[in-house]
Amino acid sequence: MEIVNVKNLKKLYGDFLAVDNISFHINKGEIFGFLGPNGAGKTSTINMLTGLSRPSGGEIHINSIDAVRDIKKVQRIIGIVPDESNLYGEMNGFDNLCFCAALYGMEKKEREKKAKELLNLFNLTEAGNRPFRAYSKGMKRKLTIAAGIIHNPKILFLDEPTTGIDVESARHIRKLILDLKDKGTTIFLTTHYLEEAQRICDRIALIVKGRIVKIGTVNELMESTMQGHIVQLTYQGRMETVQKELKEHFPGCTIKILSNDSSQLINKEPVPLFPLLQLLHNKGVSVYEAKEIKPTLEDVFVEITGLETDRANK
Amino acid sequence: MKTLTAFWNILIKDIRNYYLKPPNISWGIIFPLSWTLMQIIRSTENIDIIQLLPGLMAMSILFGTTSMLAVTITFERRGRSFDRLLLAPVSLSILVLAKISGAVLFGCLNAFVPVIFASFFVSLGGINWGILFTAVFLIALTSTLIGLLIAVSAKEVFEAQTLSNFFRFPMLFLCGLFLPIQQLPAALRPISFCLPLTYGTDLLKGTITGSSIMHSAFSILMLLAFAAGLFLISRRSIQKKWIL
Repeated sequence: MEIVNVKNLKKLYGDFLAVDNISFHINKGEIFGFLGPNGAGKTSTINMLTGLSRPSGGEIHINSIDAVRDIKKVQRIIGIVPDESNLYGEMNGFDNLCFCAALYGMEKKEREKKAKELLNLFNLTEAGNRPFRAYSKGMKRKLTIAAGIIHNPKILFLDEPTTGIDVESARHIRKLILDLKDKGTTIFLTTHYLEEAQRICDRIALIVKGRIVKIGTVNELMESTMQGHIVQLTYQGRMETVQKELKEHFPGCTIKILSNDSSQLINKEPVPLFPLLQLLHNKGVSVYEAKEIKPTLEDVFVEITGLETDRANK
Repeated sequence: MKTLTAFWNILIKDIRNYYLKPPNISWGIIFPLSWTLMQIIRSTENIDIIQLLPGLMAMSILFGTTSMLAVTITFERRGRSFDRLLLAPVSLSILVLAKISGAVLFGCLNAFVPVIFASFFVSLGGINWGILFTAVFLIALTSTLIGLLIAVSAKEVFEAQTLSNFFRFPMLFLCGLFLPIQQLPAALRPISFCLPLTYGTDLLKGTITGSSIMHSAFSILMLLAFAAGLFLISRRSIQKKWIL
């Protein structure tokens, strides 16, 4: 069941077309990844979906509500975690959470109870009475996420939730995102970390220069760019001498010699390992490692977008 | 009820975070006091505190409200915490009302600092307190809305402060506080009547010293019209400039 439906969405800043006629939907309860290089239009899209920006054209329906015409109704059922923490530095963690809950009209007792629960869930109970400005980056991120979910939103928009924080906090946040999904929250996630998206997203849309260039499940995206099945072999012996026999046994396969002791076999169909290893063994090539090489989401991203990703992100 | 909860909490948050901070409390007390002392020192004759009171009250409100709101909103915009308010399910009108309420209260309290001091030296028995409270509230409201308009135009805190002064000082000299409007050059008089502070000052003068040039009902109506106009312009500017 679709909970977000976007049709021909467009955003112009003067003459600059930031979002160019994009259409997509998000199913209820899924984690939808929205990936793209810097300046691709991710934040512009989030801003239009959440009401921080007005679309120049197109339609947005969230939970069957027309978000272009009635954004305040939509804002009741969505939670937003921006890429930069936007809580109040002079207020402590507990008061920040209570204030955010009050913006959604929650009663005092209810918001205090929920704030305590969330501080506990995010391991921030001890820091609860410290000013927000004294928090570390990871703690700030966690509290900002807590503020985004304090009113139990049906849909949570997360803009790069793990960027610039330590490994432990990032792992904790990823676990919390998956827990939220288990509880039925639909999540719209933008991230620079392709490995993270591959690990937690159900479906992914790739956006480049304001246009969605590919959309699908992680497997669908990877299959769309797969040239064939690749087996990488590490061995002792001379691969050059058995190339002819290999091509006879596996017609259509290509052999790519990587080094003196390593080669790749690329075939349209999956390569059966046992006959392959037996053949090589009979020809004096002793294989001591054979592994299937699958493209990563980063490979897909690079191929589809034609852009190099930031390797440091890996 | 949900709207009221949000409104109340935005107001309380602003009062705690900004208006109850020691520098602002001391500003509210020191500013009117220093103006009073300045008037006493520069005067060669015995000073009539009653004559000084409308000007001191008007200045205290104007300086307190315009600077506070312009600075706090610009500060929140820079820290992006204002986005959190824009993303909340609260209508823009309620949000604007909640944000200005703290500054209006601050301005009203500032206005009564000189009144409290004056009460130790002169009798304030002849004052129509109903009109005085109305005048103080309406001056605070219109000045706060001017502060909001400044905040919408400024990106940085220093810009907000510079812009505030750009509006405040000409207003002080043109609204009849220092020089009666009748004594201003003929070319400047029409400008005076385009300033909300002119009507506020006249109301205060009328009720404190009995020397107004306009009927109090007319001044109240003009101040209400200015407040409504400024509210609508501010709301529209926020929608246009901050919800891109």
